[in-house]
Amino acid sequence: MTIIDKTADVPAPRGSNDESGPLLEVRDLHVEFHTRDGVAKAVNGVNYSVSAGETLAVLGESGSGKSVTAQAIMGILDMPPGHIPKGEILFRGQDMLKMSNEERRQIRGQKIAMIFQDALSSLNPVLSVGYQLGEMFRVHQGLSKKEAKAKSIALMDRVRIPAAKERVNDYPHQFSGGMRQRIMIAMALALEPDLIIADEPTTALDVTVQAQVMDLLAELQRDFNMGLILITHDLGVVADVADKIAVMYAGRIVETAPVHEIYKRPAHPYTKGLLESIPRLDQKGQELYAIKGLPPNLLHVPSGCAFNPRCTMAQDICRTEIPALRPVTEQDGTELVGRGSACHFWKETIHG
Amino acid sequence: MGRYVARRLLQMIPVFLGSTLLVFAMMYALPGDPVRALAGEQAVDPTQIAEMKKELGLDLPLWHQYWNYLVNLFQGDFGTQIASGRPVADIISEAFPITVRLALFAFIFTVVVGISMGVFAGLKADTLRDRGLLVLTLLLISVPSFVLGFLGQYFFAFQLGWVDPNVSMEANADELILPAVVLGSLSLAYVARLTRTSVAENLRSDYMRTAVAKGLPRRRIIGVHLMRNSMIPVVTFLGTDLGALLGGAVVTEGIFNVKGVGSAVFDALRHREGATVVGIVTLIVIVYLVASLVVDLLYAVLDPRIRYA
Repeated sequence: MTIIDKTADVPAPRGSNDESGPLLEVRDLHVEFHTRDGVAKAVNGVNYSVSAGETLAVLGESGSGKSVTAQAIMGILDMPPGHIPKGEILFRGQDMLKMSNEERRQIRGQKIAMIFQDALSSLNPVLSVGYQLGEMFRVHQGLSKKEAKAKSIALMDRVRIPAAKERVNDYPHQFSGGMRQRIMIAMALALEPDLIIADEPTTALDVTVQAQVMDLLAELQRDFNMGLILITHDLGVVADVADKIAVMYAGRIVETAPVHEIYKRPAHPYTKGLLESIPRLDQKGQELYAIKGLPPNLLHVPSGCAFNPRCTMAQDICRTEIPALRPVTEQDGTELVGRGSACHFWKETIHG
Repeated sequence: MGRYVARRLLQMIPVFLGSTLLVFAMMYALPGDPVRALAGEQAVDPTQIAEMKKELGLDLPLWHQYWNYLVNLFQGDFGTQIASGRPVADIISEAFPITVRLALFAFIFTVVVGISMGVFAGLKADTLRDRGLLVLTLLLISVPSFVLGFLGQYFFAFQLGWVDPNVSMEANADELILPAVVLGSLSLAYVARLTRTSVAENLRSDYMRTAVAKGLPRRRIIGVHLMRNSMIPVVTFLGTDLGALLGGAVVTEGIFNVKGVGSAVFDALRHREGATVVGIVTLIVIVYLVASLVVDLLYAVLDPRIRYA
């Protein structure tokens, strides 16, 4: 209770509260959407955790459930049509799904903040950026307009927006794409939350700006020792920043691994396919690999392993039995820490 | 901004000339004339009529009459009514304040009730209360105002006895409430629908999701983030609507016997009082133009993406 009740006036020292468990733990989360055509099972039993200072990258195609999971954590799912039939989302050991709306609101923005993909549409077009940044301080900390503005300028400086003082009263459309995304980051950072969820923060940006924004995000995360959930479909972005990776497919986590191991030795055919579909300079002139088929329709997820219709290794068992996320080991049975695969044939995939 | 306002004001000159000329020509083209109307049923010597017409300048060709009218107008003379001999300026200054009061009441009613209803429905689009509002507004839009006026008069004046069926010459505030509600109900329906659609649409926008993710309280999310954006189309409508309300309402004023601009125009038309009609219509045109200018400026205040140069 100590966490939620008090609106911290001063930034609390990091890790002052029970440091034992992870910051955030998602347990067996299910999310479905009740639509006119039926029930779309967007998330089917997701488990992951993030600790302070750690970066988890959640990887997957559109519709794999990675954003929906994040929205469920933030509590910004549209309910209805969204519905959480099962699961727990533990923040510092407390299940947020059991909290009252007011308790969750207190956590949003202060303890867990979110960065959205398209900063232009995610910022309010008719309010100045200074107002939108300052709102965080005015609402959560009760600061005056003037104090909030000063803090907003400091924040804009922090995310390296040039001439912050002159630009604080400008509107979102007056900024470039990269600058707008910096403003989004500043807004998420405002109250120095414990955890930031970045939902494809660089997808709408061009490549040079992408790198700048990712570097900034990584730097800020280090400085504030925050937990970071980075949602992306870009494997290139992940390699530099993430500590561990969770690959999602059709609402399930199909593989988890520390970041560099997954590039070396994927343990799931889907991950393998993803990695092989990255263009590489040393394979110039060869045809680029592509995973055949389309992501499954969430109204009719294939029986067994959802990936089986697209999988090159699929056997009969893949069509009947849903593979659980099992620990991945070396050939001799030594445990590989943090690795897991939801494939009946993970051994063949990683070792064969 | 200043240049824009100046340009808009300058644009009013041709609109003003055009509209006065048009109304003037239409009055000229109407059959019957005010001098003959003076005599009523009696037979009058045609030479006498011709003489009176000459005296009043009504025998001149259209362009000359229009020219004379404009020259007088720029000297501050709106002309004189032929039948009563009263200056048109008096008629206007008597009728206009009443219409302004009626229009403001109707406008306030439209804004307060219309927007509240729209927000109420838009926040829960496609639910029972939303459907109910759509049906109600459809009813208001499709029922003509004279039906609504007589119904209101019947129930509130004759059955319940809450108000007098007719508005007195003073047009006190309490007397104007029922006519204002009747007058405003059509705009109310439009405002409610416009607000509802706008709110329902903006509710789904990304910045609303951001506002929730920021941990803002619900009333702030709705009151600040949603309303600022949703009011943009509504304000546009309200501005032109205010202009139209200030132009008087012939039917509603007729039902409740309100001596406003609407009934003044109607009377003048019946008696072929060209000068009165042109004077009032000109005033209405100017009010309308000013109202739409104010709306356009307000638009830029509400939406910073709009810039006038």
